[in-house]
Amino acid sequence: MIAPLRDCTPVLEGPPVLEGPPALEGSPVLAGPPVLEGLPVMEGPPVLEGIGIVQRLGKGAGEVQALKGVNLALAGGELTLLMGPSGSGKTTLLSVLGCLLTPTEGEVRVRGQSVAGARPAALARLRREHFGFVFQSYRLFPTLSALDNVRLALDVRDQRGNKAMAKAREALWVVGLSHKENACPRDLSGGEQQRVAIARALVGNPSAILADEPTGALDSENGQSIMTILAQIAKDTSRGVLVITHDPRILPFANRVVHIEDGRIREQAPQMTPFHALSAALAVQAA
Amino acid sequence: MSLILKLASRNLLQDRLRFIATVIGIVFSIILVSIQMGLFLSFERMVTTMIDHAPADLWVVPFGTKCFEDPSLLDEHDRARVLAVSGVAAAVPVLVGFTQWAVPSGGTTPVFIVGSDMTGPGLHPWHLVQGDLHDLEAPHSVAVDKTYFDRLGVAKLGDTTDMREQPARVAAITSGIRSFTTTPYVFTSLAHADTYTGTPPNKVSYLLVRVAPGADVGAVRQRLAASLAKVEVLTPQEFRTRSRAFWLFTTGAGAALFFGAILGVIVGTVIVAQTLYSSTKDHLGEFATLRAIGSSSWYINKVIVSQALMSAAIGYTLAASVGLLIVQLTADTALPIVMTPTLMAALFALTVLMSIASAMAAIAQVLRIDPAVAFRQ
Repeated sequence: MIAPLRDCTPVLEGPPVLEGPPALEGSPVLAGPPVLEGLPVMEGPPVLEGIGIVQRLGKGAGEVQALKGVNLALAGGELTLLMGPSGSGKTTLLSVLGCLLTPTEGEVRVRGQSVAGARPAALARLRREHFGFVFQSYRLFPTLSALDNVRLALDVRDQRGNKAMAKAREALWVVGLSHKENACPRDLSGGEQQRVAIARALVGNPSAILADEPTGALDSENGQSIMTILAQIAKDTSRGVLVITHDPRILPFANRVVHIEDGRIREQAPQMTPFHALSAALAVQAA
Repeated sequence: MSLILKLASRNLLQDRLRFIATVIGIVFSIILVSIQMGLFLSFERMVTTMIDHAPADLWVVPFGTKCFEDPSLLDEHDRARVLAVSGVAAAVPVLVGFTQWAVPSGGTTPVFIVGSDMTGPGLHPWHLVQGDLHDLEAPHSVAVDKTYFDRLGVAKLGDTTDMREQPARVAAITSGIRSFTTTPYVFTSLAHADTYTGTPPNKVSYLLVRVAPGADVGAVRQRLAASLAKVEVLTPQEFRTRSRAFWLFTTGAGAALFFGAILGVIVGTVIVAQTLYSSTKDHLGEFATLRAIGSSSWYINKVIVSQALMSAAIGYTLAASVGLLIVQLTADTALPIVMTPTLMAALFALTVLMSIASAMAAIAQVLRIDPAVAFRQ
């Protein structure tokens, strides 16, 4: 089952509700009004596809089928929320789509290219070139500064020197943390640490950003800030963002919500949010 | 500083106690190896010190001689045969042998007599710090090394004793002529060496052969071997090799030193490997993150190997400093430890190799990490 990505175009019914997510203070991307191109429409092949994904974990009597024939596509310019109860296979699916796990059956395509049969080194290269990861527990390197944590994502791509430094600074600027580039993770709040993690995921200019419960360890305000940044990032039509969450408060940021249960996609639907409705309405007004 | 080095150094220094333990492990290991190898070099020099200082192009030695201190004897008539060989310019007799030195305060101690003509070409004492060669021509005159003053019970020129009931007077003092067997060398004239060792007057230990200018040493050697019976004609290098082989390997002394050195390497490797392994284990989550974000195995290996090399560099610097101090402290003892630039370089290479080998277990551990762990923890 391939996701009906072309159905993501918003339906502009009813008055726009002026309750968007809170603006992130100090974040350059949010300094002005939201980008008003309207909701993304999938054009061309998806940036990331999982086709008939089956994933068995464990062996013998302990074997569990975590994914049972999942089809999911991630479009550029789209923020997709992946929701489901604990143990439903969300993280396993994210790991498979992110080329961290090789599926037992099925196929993953990155920018239309199948990764089937790729060796670990080739998978690592794919992750370097196409993915940015955001983890619930941030996974920053505690002994490195915020800037170095971001630079690390470039360093593993053999991007070094002044150009890499400038890119890392720019990524920190995008998430509004330019003023804390020398701070170590222990000196940053949870929200700030997650923003550094997002900068790290973003700096390599990936095709897709895969985020596992990025707001799970954050309070409501910080969670909203993080989702605002991710929603802004997803406006780039060359990039898709997939976010696992349990948190219904971040639904307004999604273009599409996919529900997974017991290893199967139960439902995937375009999401018309107040944020999108506002964006679209303002776009119409501007036109 | 590159990010790899920064990450490696921060990982190392994050647990300072463990880092100190690692460095101490390397330091002790390298000091142990350097002492063993320094002693080996010292012994290697000591067992050939007489050969090194003898003015000989060829040595005529009794057949089957194992080393310089082997007390076999030649017939002095052989000297005439040697001199008769074409291309031989000189054949200088040397007599060596063990005897007992009466310690003035009581008792005796074994010494090794080296007798040679003290005014002409011969095996003379070197590094004379008091007295001179002419003084050794006087009756019953001997030269001893100041290193062995305590052992011999003498302290200055003019002190007397006896050997085999023959008087002996310290007429010259040397510095740094030490014996591998720790039995002091006592230099004297050839005539007195006979009496001190109880050797018949018509016997000598070796003949130091000088070839005539322009003569081919190899050809002279062949002619000597053809004209003499029950002797061997050796080049100095052959005699050195034979002496080293006997003292350092046949006796097992060298093997013991090597075994000690190998033990040091093993101990050092295990200590560094253990600490690197536990450090890596503590940072597994970070390495899993590195793998998840797509770093190559080579990148991760470089982080771990950098940690190992940093420990090695710091450990080596400290160990080399302590090693050089030990060399200074033992310089004037009977058991000096030798440190050469080559040994220093070899120890550095060994430290690096040891550290890289130590990193293997940690690398294997990291390469087994499932990058998906980054999402699960």
